[in-house]
Amino acid sequence: MRKLINTQPTSSVNSPLGKGRNHESAIRQVCGEARYVDDMPEPGNIAYAAIGTCAHTTGTIVTLDLDAVRMSEGVLDVITIEDIPGHTDIAPVFDGDPILADKTLLFHNQPVFAVLAETVDQARRATTKATIVVNETAPTLSVEQALAQKSFVRPTHTFGNADAIHTVKQSSHQLEGSLSIGGQEHMYLEGQVSLAIPDEEDRMKIYTSSQHPSEVQKLVAEVLGIKLHRVVVDMRRMGGGFGGKESQAAQWACIAAVFASRNGRAVKCRLPRQQDMMVTGKRHPFENQWHVGFDHQGCIEGADIEVNGNCGYSADLSDAIVDRAMFHVDNGYYLGNSHVVGHRLKTSFVSHTAYRGFGGPQGMIVAEAIMDGIARQLGEDPLTIRKRNLYGEQTGSTTPYGMTVEDNVLPEMIGQLEQTSEYWQRREAITEFNRNSPIIKKGLALTPVKFGISFTAKHLNQAGALVHIYTDGTIQVNHGGTEMGQGLHTKIAQIAAHEFGIDMDHIEVTATRTDKVPNTSPTAASSGTDLNGKAVQNACITLKERLVSFWADELGIAADDAVFKDNGLFIGEHQIDFAALVQAAYMARISLSSTGYYRTPKIFYDRENGTGRPFFYFAYGAAATEVLIDTLTGENRVTRVDILHDVGASLNPALDKGQIEGGFIQGMGWLTTEELKWDDSGKLTSNNMATYKIPAIGDTPEIMNVDLYSRPNPQDSIYHSKAVGEPPFMLAISVWCALKDAISSITDYSIDPPLQTPATAERILQAVEHANGAAGNEAGLS
Amino acid sequence: MVRFLLNDEPVELQVNDPNLTVLRYLREQQSQCGTKEGCAAGDCGACTVVVAAPTPTGDELQYRTINSCIALMSSLHGKQLITVENLGNAKSLHPVQQAMVDNHGSQCGFCTPGFIMSAFALYHSSVEVDREEAIHALSGNLCRCTGYRPIIDAALSACAQRQPDQFDAQKEQTISALLKLGSSCADKDAQALIMPTNRQQLADAMASHPLAKLVAGSTDLALDITQGQQQFDTLISLSQMAELKQIEITEHTLEIGAMAALNDVACAVTEVYPQLQELFTRFASLPIRNQATLGGNIANASPIGDTPPVMLALEASLVLDNGEECRTVAARDFFTGYRQTVMAKNEWIRRVIIPKKQPNQRVAAYKISKRQEDDISAVCAVFSLTIENHVVTKLTSGFGGVAATPVCCPELEQALVGLTWSDPTCLATGKQILANAFSPIDDVRASAAYRKQVLANLWHRFWLEHQTDNLIPTRVVSHA
Repeated sequence: MRKLINTQPTSSVNSPLGKGRNHESAIRQVCGEARYVDDMPEPGNIAYAAIGTCAHTTGTIVTLDLDAVRMSEGVLDVITIEDIPGHTDIAPVFDGDPILADKTLLFHNQPVFAVLAETVDQARRATTKATIVVNETAPTLSVEQALAQKSFVRPTHTFGNADAIHTVKQSSHQLEGSLSIGGQEHMYLEGQVSLAIPDEEDRMKIYTSSQHPSEVQKLVAEVLGIKLHRVVVDMRRMGGGFGGKESQAAQWACIAAVFASRNGRAVKCRLPRQQDMMVTGKRHPFENQWHVGFDHQGCIEGADIEVNGNCGYSADLSDAIVDRAMFHVDNGYYLGNSHVVGHRLKTSFVSHTAYRGFGGPQGMIVAEAIMDGIARQLGEDPLTIRKRNLYGEQTGSTTPYGMTVEDNVLPEMIGQLEQTSEYWQRREAITEFNRNSPIIKKGLALTPVKFGISFTAKHLNQAGALVHIYTDGTIQVNHGGTEMGQGLHTKIAQIAAHEFGIDMDHIEVTATRTDKVPNTSPTAASSGTDLNGKAVQNACITLKERLVSFWADELGIAADDAVFKDNGLFIGEHQIDFAALVQAAYMARISLSSTGYYRTPKIFYDRENGTGRPFFYFAYGAAATEVLIDTLTGENRVTRVDILHDVGASLNPALDKGQIEGGFIQGMGWLTTEELKWDDSGKLTSNNMATYKIPAIGDTPEIMNVDLYSRPNPQDSIYHSKAVGEPPFMLAISVWCALKDAISSITDYSIDPPLQTPATAERILQAVEHANGAAGNEAGLS
Repeated sequence: MVRFLLNDEPVELQVNDPNLTVLRYLREQQSQCGTKEGCAAGDCGACTVVVAAPTPTGDELQYRTINSCIALMSSLHGKQLITVENLGNAKSLHPVQQAMVDNHGSQCGFCTPGFIMSAFALYHSSVEVDREEAIHALSGNLCRCTGYRPIIDAALSACAQRQPDQFDAQKEQTISALLKLGSSCADKDAQALIMPTNRQQLADAMASHPLAKLVAGSTDLALDITQGQQQFDTLISLSQMAELKQIEITEHTLEIGAMAALNDVACAVTEVYPQLQELFTRFASLPIRNQATLGGNIANASPIGDTPPVMLALEASLVLDNGEECRTVAARDFFTGYRQTVMAKNEWIRRVIIPKKQPNQRVAAYKISKRQEDDISAVCAVFSLTIENHVVTKLTSGFGGVAATPVCCPELEQALVGLTWSDPTCLATGKQILANAFSPIDDVRASAAYRKQVLANLWHRFWLEHQTDNLIPTRVVSHA
């Protein structure tokens, strides 16, 4: 018989739910002990892979001479697509992503071959020695060109009423506009990395930095030509993901696995930063346009909107991304009779991919651009126009895709933020300041966010968990979600600790592994806690029921009022320490392990008719941002931001605040300094951290007031909390609107200055010059 | 032989591969993986470590951050290398680590060790830490998750209640160990990484290795290794050339050794020209300025380096040495083409001589870049103006980012002399000349059109800011 471990009675605790618990890895992170893939002790037989790319954009590879690569010092193996034993297409949903170039070049610096060598340096040096002759063809390097060529990665989708344009044209007031929206490099601090370790016969173990271990498992198996059950993927933590490791982490794992399989050696494939930036997709750039009709109050009567996603060479996740852009062109506003078209354009760029917000931000900014445009046309404050157009009884509550907006808290949230941020007093002060300040101008904007929560691919809205209770009363929790810094594992541990009423340090959330929980969805769409939290809770409930029923039977009493709390189980006047209960249950042969499962209710979408309820619920937020601009240089600064954000009943206010602040700053970067530049040949020139500038510490506004809007989610989400990963990103649209507000002040707020994103200092100076022209000022001497 | 303390342990290392970076040494040779590689180019700070060295008086330790990804092993000689592993552990955290935990300063955690090390160096600095100082100290560290607010709070709270830590407790032992290590001279017969300690050794090394590059702070040269896959057979490190590190303030000049780190240079120069504080603060990042040298920045002759325009505008001169004789060259005559100078193959910069500020001299240095912190100039403009009785008697200038070399604008310098400074003609003339003075290029940082326009507008800013009673705000960020 198994010897049981002695347990100490534990002190009574309260539930950790709703408390600002530290990130479960915080202490290890600050000590440098938190281990990422590249930090793992390396197996003795390790070799290193590097990727060889081709410095042309599009064409046919006529000659691929790799002799010099093979002869290079330390090289063990070189592969091309010909050497892949199984599938050569590693596309996540729709075909079109060759693991290595298949004769046809699709984008600049596409991976063409891979090298295995004894050291990282040797592998990387060898990749420079290939001779590749390409018969070049003309690349497609703009949305305009792709539209003209009818070059799409997926069919166009539309919803709403095709006759909306008639309503628009009959309106007393109209606004037409267009906006070019830049993409964004993820710039996870930990680059793409995978370690493949060959196991017995054809089995393979993968350590990877991926948001989607199950997809890595599937693709590795397919590429190797084996079945899924022979591949195990282990993912403890990522050094940042932001969507960039949802589909595009798999390629490096697959290449490592092919080498590992061919050579019988452990293989690590870690991309150097510049290559990482050139071979992985970014946030989709969009070119959007709108034509709206509105009344003299600025209330929208009709809207005709087109969004054009620059998808790059393949579909990747672009179908769902452009859908999400379309689902968010209304943001929080009723658009009246509306029609929305979304094109998915095939271009000769790297395949653009998931990035926090997943198309939502590129759609939502259209709604805010429209609000600013209407306000300037009518000479009203943009906030006034925003408030008049919010979903509600006065306007309407049906979205362009036929979903009813229930539980809309935006009017109340905006009202609250208007007060706490002192919007109107500051508006007055800013207008006064601008009158007396010819060079430096201030701007202010308050914009809302309404973001739909659920994967729009319905089947992904499911999750599994596996919970083990050990005989000392400690618990290991496994689930399908991945930890990329957002604190998912911390929230999961809080959920399990709350369910069992035990201390957090008795819970260990382990690495995400495909052999613990199968067929998982990517950790994406802000869904990590919503889906996996419920699955874990369900596993806990199953175990609790077993324990309660066992102990009630032992006591011979009814189990009706059983409560797990203070490290014990309480039934009526009876109580037992949790560890003692577990030991007793073990002795009585009660199973102490359970799976849990969850699928999101209520959601559906009829693609044919463009109607449905694609989202379980909406998460809301609002931000008031103040900026300074220098009309001589375009330099600018966010000086203050006030945020009120809706996370439902917060599971962990500290982590939620971290997501809100971090999302806002990342969004600010997207809209200001983060400029992706490609040259005329299609080569990315902003291809390192020296030329692509994410916000630095000095960019953080000195005044940053972040409050949680505390109202439980009316929907039955995990403890009525709300998803928080993506929605706050879009609070940063207020930065863009505030910059435009500052520029508009030059014209006494009479024009809505055209300002493409990112609004770099250079673009702001251009817009200032435009405004000076409109106001009849001599350049720079306003 | 490079001799240093790795945390507390003395290390003697024969460097056979001169291309070995401190980061690779830690991760690959010591299996100390707490220090991360984010970019291998000194841009993100995930690799930040601290090097401690005795102060010149020998009774204190000075803790400085560097980017280990672009630091070569020679930079460690005679110093203590402190990594995140050495600060504390899960059972006993260092105050900066505890503050990061308490303030929720880590999310994905990959940048965290770098931030910890920058905060640790700040903890050991003598400055009064306010928000601006904290930002300054952490300006070389990028975080993609938190938005920085909790990190700023953590640094402020840790430094608000500074207590002696284990490093203070061991200070004396550390200093004596370091003085012992530092006094041991480098091998004369080293072939891969040569570390001369005086003028003669340097001249000899250059003579016997005519193809070998000189390396100062390595913040640019290391990019050839980590980004360009270059492998140097031999490097001549100037890190032990004490005579090149001296900074002297004489009656009429500032004399700065070429190997003085930019932060030390900044301290000396801003004593004389406080207006240059802003430019030095915005020069790359603190870890880079701890590593990079004035001589390196000038000899590199990049058109986008930030100190050459200063040298041009201040009419500095450079003392070039070949081991036998020195010659003095005006900064204005030094740059001859794209990354080319008048230096002969057997010469190095010995020191830089900057004239002291005159009573009526007004100086301003402006840097325009996409990001305020840790960025490369799209345009850099430095003006030095002398006014007597309201009339311009002299104007000198230096510009970066507008031509193939750092340049001045003689046309501007001549046109302004004799004009009354408050006369709007000064504004209009300067703008007009600068708008057409150069033919900059379009590149990833800015367009040619923007560069030209901004250059003219920076003159506008300069003119406004140097009117006697200007009350018009001209900046979105003020640098103390």
